[in-house]
Amino acid sequence: APLMDTVPPQVVPGADPSARQLCFAWGPAEVLVCETLFGRAGGSRSRAGTAARALTGSVAGTGEGAPSSSRVFVVRRDQDIYIQTLRKLFNESHGIFMGLQRSEEELAGKSRKAQLVQVSKNYRSVIRACMEDMHQAAVSTRDPALQGQYSTQVSILSAMELIWNLCEILFVEAAAAGPLLLRLLDWVRLHVCDVDSMVREVLSSESPSKHKLFWNVVDVFVLQGRMDEARHLLSKEASANPTSMNMYKILDDLMKKMPVPSLGNTQTLTELELKWQHWHEECQRYLQDGTFASNPHMESICKILLGDEDAILEKKELMTTWYHFLVTRLLYSHPTVKPLELRFYAQSSMDLFLGGESSPEPLDMILMAAFEFEMHQVIKECSIVLSNWWFVAHLTDLLDHCKLLQSHNLYFGSNMREFLLLEYASGLFSHHSLWQLGVDYFDHCPEYGRVYLELHIERIPLSTEQKALKVLRICEQRQMHEQVRSICKIMAMKALRNNRLGSALSWSIRAKDAAFATLISDRFLKDYCERGCFSDLDLIDNLGPSMLLSDRLTFLGKYREFHRLYGEKRFPEAARLLLTLMTAHIAPCSFWMTLLTDALPLLEQKEVIFSAEQTYELMRCLEDLTAGNPDKQKFQDDDVETTKVEMLRLALARNLARVIVKEGTVEGS
Amino acid sequence: AMEDVSAKFVSQKISRTRWRPLPAAALQSPDLFATGSWDNEDNRVSIWSAGDLGNAGLNGEYHGEPHLLCDIQHNGDVMDMQFLDQERIVVASSTGTVTIFRHHQNNQTLSANHRWEKAHYHVDQDTSCGGAACTGVVCNNPEIVTVGEDGRINLFRADQKDAVRTIDNADSSTLHAVTFLRTTEILTVNSIGQLKIWDLRQQRNEPSQIFSLAGDRVPLHCVDRHPNQQHIVATGGQDGMLSIWDIRQGTMPVSLLNAHEAEMWEVHFHPSDPDHLFTCSEDGSLWHWDTSTSVSEKPSFLHQGGRSTAYLSHSTINQSVVSAWLSNDPTKDRMEITNLIPNQTLSVNSLDVLGPCLVYGTDAEAIYVNRQLFA
Repeated sequence: APLMDTVPPQVVPGADPSARQLCFAWGPAEVLVCETLFGRAGGSRSRAGTAARALTGSVAGTGEGAPSSSRVFVVRRDQDIYIQTLRKLFNESHGIFMGLQRSEEELAGKSRKAQLVQVSKNYRSVIRACMEDMHQAAVSTRDPALQGQYSTQVSILSAMELIWNLCEILFVEAAAAGPLLLRLLDWVRLHVCDVDSMVREVLSSESPSKHKLFWNVVDVFVLQGRMDEARHLLSKEASANPTSMNMYKILDDLMKKMPVPSLGNTQTLTELELKWQHWHEECQRYLQDGTFASNPHMESICKILLGDEDAILEKKELMTTWYHFLVTRLLYSHPTVKPLELRFYAQSSMDLFLGGESSPEPLDMILMAAFEFEMHQVIKECSIVLSNWWFVAHLTDLLDHCKLLQSHNLYFGSNMREFLLLEYASGLFSHHSLWQLGVDYFDHCPEYGRVYLELHIERIPLSTEQKALKVLRICEQRQMHEQVRSICKIMAMKALRNNRLGSALSWSIRAKDAAFATLISDRFLKDYCERGCFSDLDLIDNLGPSMLLSDRLTFLGKYREFHRLYGEKRFPEAARLLLTLMTAHIAPCSFWMTLLTDALPLLEQKEVIFSAEQTYELMRCLEDLTAGNPDKQKFQDDDVETTKVEMLRLALARNLARVIVKEGTVEGS
Repeated sequence: AMEDVSAKFVSQKISRTRWRPLPAAALQSPDLFATGSWDNEDNRVSIWSAGDLGNAGLNGEYHGEPHLLCDIQHNGDVMDMQFLDQERIVVASSTGTVTIFRHHQNNQTLSANHRWEKAHYHVDQDTSCGGAACTGVVCNNPEIVTVGEDGRINLFRADQKDAVRTIDNADSSTLHAVTFLRTTEILTVNSIGQLKIWDLRQQRNEPSQIFSLAGDRVPLHCVDRHPNQQHIVATGGQDGMLSIWDIRQGTMPVSLLNAHEAEMWEVHFHPSDPDHLFTCSEDGSLWHWDTSTSVSEKPSFLHQGGRSTAYLSHSTINQSVVSAWLSNDPTKDRMEITNLIPNQTLSVNSLDVLGPCLVYGTDAEAIYVNRQLFA
């Protein structure tokens, strides 16, 4: 079934659709909800909507103001992302997630299963560690509001771990009849902690057997199948009552002899069932012949051993939950329960335990779905109830690696695993700091991960160059050329705005952005024309191969080289370079006038520098410029330009005269 | 070995980790370190105790995770950080501000001791915006040198309100890091692959020497100088390459060593055992470069992580000083390289080594302390 079809409506606290019509816009991870100016014609003013619970959305910020002004609400889809203490959970589980993606699929049968169970345990230990931190925080804070918040988080984390653990037993490990019961017992022992303080109190008292809660603790041990502990306690009571020693011995013997499934292959299920039948009959005999009649406590224990439902239900308070009742019931009446039989016992246990007094809560429904092996139901219910995507995303991914979800395709998106990972990662990306974690999750969504990453990564604010470099690295590693260009362009623009031409150029060189390199080169040249000197020589002198990125950059580099040669008084080389810049069309036409003006001092040198041929070429350049220029008008109007052209013509003519004389003399002699 | 490493998830991305320097002639191991965070809505400078020393076993084994002593809010990303002395720490901010924080050890608090607002800036220092990230800071008490995205170099004195000297537009590209070469000379690296020496005694606003990488001008992100042989300088680049420079000769690196797969964020010679060098990178690895085995047949002590052996390539001959880092004898050129973090995925932004201790911080919001680097 599709996931979203039955998600209950969500209410944005503070927004009142009955008073104002609302409009909204989807964002990558948030929804903007806005109050419009339109009232609701004839609509009732009752705030009917506010009674429902907002389950996964939270209002991150509301606009203040009088009722008449419109407000904008930012609705985030994953509110737990913003809980500081949970960042440990997100970061640590990211490492486990990555390990799982890397893990060897080829590992065969048993070792693969062991590996997956280990991964599952690692996830759970992170949840537990986080729970402990949260508990510590709750204990150490003095702010009652914060304390309440932390306590809520502790119970949410604890529920998450409870569900995860059950899924681990049933789906990941897929324990078979026999070991299944042992696992479920461990599960109950680990999670039913309400009685722990009572047990501690009794055990630490001076003489436990005199404690008023003594029998309660014995019962707790029996109900949880902790036989050795129960027997140990009973032996204390026995030594205090020598008269009923025999009765104690018998009960102790029964408890000792109780057959339990073994984890190894030492006995077959049939063997176990036989032994168990035998033992069951023995218990029955003692109960019937009234061995324990004189002690109601022991009689009740014997009844529990026999799996008497009423006797077990009497201890409801000590079990606290229906799933504890279920496991106790299985232990004493169906120790070899098969996985697929669980659903019947689970349903009846819940019915018996709740007895129509209270209706099942969401957690009960989730556990029930697990016992029914309705994996998708578990994930769906969790998605609705929990205020984060972390849980369902990671659990689903693990189940997918167990090859349990293959057949399930959604009518939207790709498959459920990917859908949930995308949701979770989008939440991470909406966080100012956790976005880096999101990248790896997108990487492991084969269908839409790339598109999501492309959309999200462009929205990361690039506050410093260092951060930009990190974002850039992510894009470069994934050949996201479009994003690489866009990031470099943003950074280059920023640098340009800050008058950091050097930095701007490095960014466009990194993106191999020829157009932008040209733009920046033009800025350099413009600066030069205005100031008469180059800025950022350290950069321009060190362009290296990157000079070839754009023609204008090449020209900039070469033009600077001309200045260097000129500065070093290497005039013939400088002259040759200057001429080449024009004849090889490296220089933009708009710059020719500047170049020709640069030739003036060379023409005026005492020594003749331009050869006759070179001088002709210079003349041709000048004529091309003045004749071919469509802005001919401009030259005629501009006095300065006209004077320049006249001066150049004169200098060229003079040079030509000098060079003819010189060349004639040299060749003639 | 990895089992000696204690980790702590701190719910903030760590940009810098620094050991508090030990008093002269101290014999004990460093016990306190500082961290700075980045990319948070609320960034912090924090002081940590490396762990309860009382819990250290007789044979020096050490357990227990780092423990927060105090922290203080910091405006902007912490870009760099350096202890000025035992009590004061200089912090460079992405807002361009440089702050000295004082750690009060009697009541475990941090307070801002002095602040140079917008020591680095674009266009105009007085406008409300326009701060440029201060990318690097180095201290030689009482002197403090900072560099930034604005290509500016500032020289401060801890006791003076105004900058002692500022070189505007010292570099046309971004300056990424700075370190002292000698008391009056500094080294900077920039985003076009250049290493520059600046003599602060000279009034000229030009570097006294420029070295650069050949070919593509790969940006350099970090620089460190050999603690005993000052002519040996190590830099790390955007391509993860480690370059060793001999600043007495040439303008190009003596050797280029293939290292990380992404930006090398920090490089540090071990301050008292400079045969060892440590580098960390955006690719999530932290490498230990060990040249000590090249001289003697000392057995290697680190067995974790991927190991490879590299050979130095040389462009120069006739070394006058025998250093493992510049040595050109092929039989001695073996170098043990060990990745101290296998399977890490997110960037290791910073590391610091002191005595037998290593501390590093990551974008995965964890800090790690290894107290037995050479055990």
